[in-house]
Amino acid sequence: MTGIQAASGVADLGGAEGWGVAPLLDPAEPVFKEEWEGRAFALSLLSMRISGTNLDAFRHAMNRLDSEHYFDDGYYGRWLYGAENLLMDSDIIAPGAVEARAANMTGGHVDEPPAPEPHKPEYAPTAGGSIRVIEAPQRFQVGQQVRAKVMQAPGHTRLQKYTQGHVGVVAIVEPAQILPDTHAHFIAENAQWVYTVSFDSKELFGPAAERFTLNTDLYEDYMEEAS
Amino acid sequence: MSTDVSADRIPIKLRAEALEQLLVERGLVDPNVMDSFIKTYEKDVGPLNGAKVVAKAWTDPEFKARLLENGTTAVAELGFKGPQGEHIVVVENTDTVHNVVVCTLCSCYPWPLLGLPPTWYKDPAYRARVVKEPRTVLAEMGLTLPESTEVTVWDSSSEVRFFVLPQRPAASEGMSEEELVAIVSRDAMVGVAVVGA
Repeated sequence: MTGIQAASGVADLGGAEGWGVAPLLDPAEPVFKEEWEGRAFALSLLSMRISGTNLDAFRHAMNRLDSEHYFDDGYYGRWLYGAENLLMDSDIIAPGAVEARAANMTGGHVDEPPAPEPHKPEYAPTAGGSIRVIEAPQRFQVGQQVRAKVMQAPGHTRLQKYTQGHVGVVAIVEPAQILPDTHAHFIAENAQWVYTVSFDSKELFGPAAERFTLNTDLYEDYMEEAS
Repeated sequence: MSTDVSADRIPIKLRAEALEQLLVERGLVDPNVMDSFIKTYEKDVGPLNGAKVVAKAWTDPEFKARLLENGTTAVAELGFKGPQGEHIVVVENTDTVHNVVVCTLCSCYPWPLLGLPPTWYKDPAYRARVVKEPRTVLAEMGLTLPESTEVTVWDSSSEVRFFVLPQRPAASEGMSEEELVAIVSRDAMVGVAVVGA
């Protein structure tokens, strides 16, 4: 089992500089460009099941990759590395097992580490999916000014850096959902209200920013009243 | 995880094969189940679903009203639900408002309506830049919006999935619902393109 590790922040791309021009559209591209991408996709979905983890843990398993593993093999590359993280966290596969097998599949003769004794996280979801019915009243209302907290705690989060500390207005009250920050680490579901909050582009990026509105979802724990 | 990248830079294709072999030989993974997942998203669940939703909304005002009121239940009327579609919010493009969707933190996407995301949606440049300079990014991708158009960017950070209802092109007047399905592009349902007739 893994403890709470600091996310590398590699995935938190909103507002980042240096990525060059926007990609071109390709309406004819296949779902999986290469066969291994489909295998990695299916293996990743199944790895969540096999490791006894969940979608938030899977996202965190990708977020703690270094930038080479996160970017160099593309989207399904990071899925595969993330899935391996989950399987190693739950002691389904031993560190080095994949590398050893890959070596032996290509003419090598190396000892493979034995399969470890599995240790899946001790937690059970209270229901399927992420949406929950809760009794707690909504802390915030549509039209209310709110601030996205500045949060630098270690571990998983869905609070992007580029919204932190900025003031927006609640646009939509979304269904209550389990909190990824604790669910990813099997601590608690912490089901709570989620709000779509509207930020003015100039509030986020300064007076020279293009004119637009940025809407994103904030979990109640990410928010405070803006006086 | 390894911290020594150079030591384990084995080709990703081989890596996927090695992991599959390890899990299959221990009975943890059934290759037939893998095949069915792959086939589902290659053949059955894709942007055609979203196009059916859009064409119906364009031709049935009551459905459109339900769709904008509660996207999840409205698309379920057409049988569309499943993973990454727990709660769907539909936003409408008009003469004055243009919506565009992104997930800056990973690549969250409304799978039941659009299938798995295309390469451009997963591109770091799109994820990084569309929340900071959407007009510039859209222009680079081939969609130049008038300065008077209100732009709203939706960054998918919870399990809510956003879906864009594109504007119906004026030249499509008189087309049947079936004909309309054929002109609705995936990219217009994310908001980086518009539908041409």
